[in-house]
Amino acid sequence: MTNLAIAANGLRKSYGDKVVLDGIDLTVPVGTIFSLLGPNGAGKTTAVQILSTLIPADGGEVQVAGFDLARKPDDVRGAIGVTGQYSAVDKLLTGEENLLLMADLKHLSRGDGKRRAAELLDRFDLVDAARKPAATYSGGMQRRLDLAMTLVGDPRLIFLDEPTTGLDPRSRRSMWQIVRELVASGVTIFLTTQYLEEADELADRIALLDHGRLIAEGTAEELKRRIPGGHIELTFADAHLLDAAHHLLGAGITDPEALTLQVPSDGGVPAIRELLNLLDERSIDIAEMNVHTPDLDDVFLTLTGQQKVEATR
Amino acid sequence: MSTLSLAMRDNSTMIRRQLKRLLRYPSMTVQLVATPVIILIVFVYVFGGTLGEGLGGGGRDAYVNYVVPGILLMAVATAATGTAVMVASDMTEGIIARFRTMRISRASVLTGHVVGSVIQQLLGMAAVIGIAFALGFRPNATAVEWLAAAGLLTLFVVAVTWLAVALGLRSPTPEAASNAPMPLILLPFLGSGFVPTDSMPTVLRWFAEYQPFTPVMETVRGLLLGTPIGNSGAIATAWCAGVAVISYLWAKNIFNKA
Repeated sequence: MTNLAIAANGLRKSYGDKVVLDGIDLTVPVGTIFSLLGPNGAGKTTAVQILSTLIPADGGEVQVAGFDLARKPDDVRGAIGVTGQYSAVDKLLTGEENLLLMADLKHLSRGDGKRRAAELLDRFDLVDAARKPAATYSGGMQRRLDLAMTLVGDPRLIFLDEPTTGLDPRSRRSMWQIVRELVASGVTIFLTTQYLEEADELADRIALLDHGRLIAEGTAEELKRRIPGGHIELTFADAHLLDAAHHLLGAGITDPEALTLQVPSDGGVPAIRELLNLLDERSIDIAEMNVHTPDLDDVFLTLTGQQKVEATR
Repeated sequence: MSTLSLAMRDNSTMIRRQLKRLLRYPSMTVQLVATPVIILIVFVYVFGGTLGEGLGGGGRDAYVNYVVPGILLMAVATAATGTAVMVASDMTEGIIARFRTMRISRASVLTGHVVGSVIQQLLGMAAVIGIAFALGFRPNATAVEWLAAAGLLTLFVVAVTWLAVALGLRSPTPEAASNAPMPLILLPFLGSGFVPTDSMPTVLRWFAEYQPFTPVMETVRGLLLGTPIGNSGAIATAWCAGVAVISYLWAKNIFNKA
């Protein structure tokens, strides 16, 4: 069995009558990126707050970084780092002072603290802004400083709660690059996001959270495979060609008005080549072709849609 | 390192954080000195001549001496508002959530606020006393009496500041926090701060004599100017120590629960 950075069993939390987490199970192996994906209000932030010792759970057995969350919260705190969706930097202090503050709180020696701060300022491209108050930083810079502060103590497990929400595409890409480098160095990442693209790009495993329940879990590929809907859409110049193609392939759905034929397919190159060769042999010309592969959007919409239908029954 | 020395290190880290923040935000400190100085000038030059005669003669010169302890306590009460606001707005920042997820002494966050504010206020008080000198304040205290007065005032500042921190933590917003310590500003007036309590109507006099600010003002006045202290010193110390301990426990409790 591999070592687990997080092992949660039946994690529950409610505020009054409102059930926020309805008994969720999580297993996150060391050195991987795990993404908790869900719409706003699904309970992602609550899950991070519980796992990072900010608020207590109502029930469930949880081990974080090898320590029991309820009994040894201080040992958990020693092993984790948290970067939330609202920047956790002291805006009145400069970037450098914020990093040195973290170094002091992690009980590094003065020399080590200074070295670590300098190293992180350099790595996160904050050297020029090091002596300016964090209040003057752009959103992307504050988020980078935030993550740099989390890294001061070399945490083994890092919680990133919607790390790129509100960032421009460029800052988002640079954040992704940083996350990949961290995992390459052996750190475990627990990432929450509402962006399917982000989970797809980064995560080894993805769990879909909706209304406090995990509705699906697996790799991005596994999740996509659960959803039908991959197809190739062929458009023809006239109805004659459309019928010929439909007859030849013996499958698919035709739309005589739009002159299109939807052929079920995984959208892979061999499948496309085979299809085109077949049509070519019979000299059936294609006016236009579109390949639609299922993405996490399809997965997400399908699964959360089903959930909602069940709930209203 | 032991748990205790780690906690001490966290305390000193948080105190340095708070002092840096106060330096970055000097308008708060300026206001801390300006407000009591303006009240002092108004009371000495506007009301001082008449009030001084009521003290048993001496006019404005006698009144400067009488009013300074009350002004000092009012300065502390004013500063409490600032501290409560600062704590309440700090609590809305993500950095506090970060501190909570770190293996540090939790009380150090609050201790940083208290020690920072106390240092700020003691410096502010020294400035107010300096300006009072320029306006004619002439204490006749010995070095030991000055030290005793400084000691009691420090204890008082610590007590009021812990109370302000607790009030700030309890407030849902920084705006609400600015109202919570308001009644404290009235206490020097409803005590022996600006006029002797025996000139007040019975009910008010009863309140004025038994509320905590009066023994502190009486003791400071006695130490600096030689008026009789009686048992005020012991009562003042007991009040300050009691308020400090209860407020500390209250603040810590609120912070740990949130």
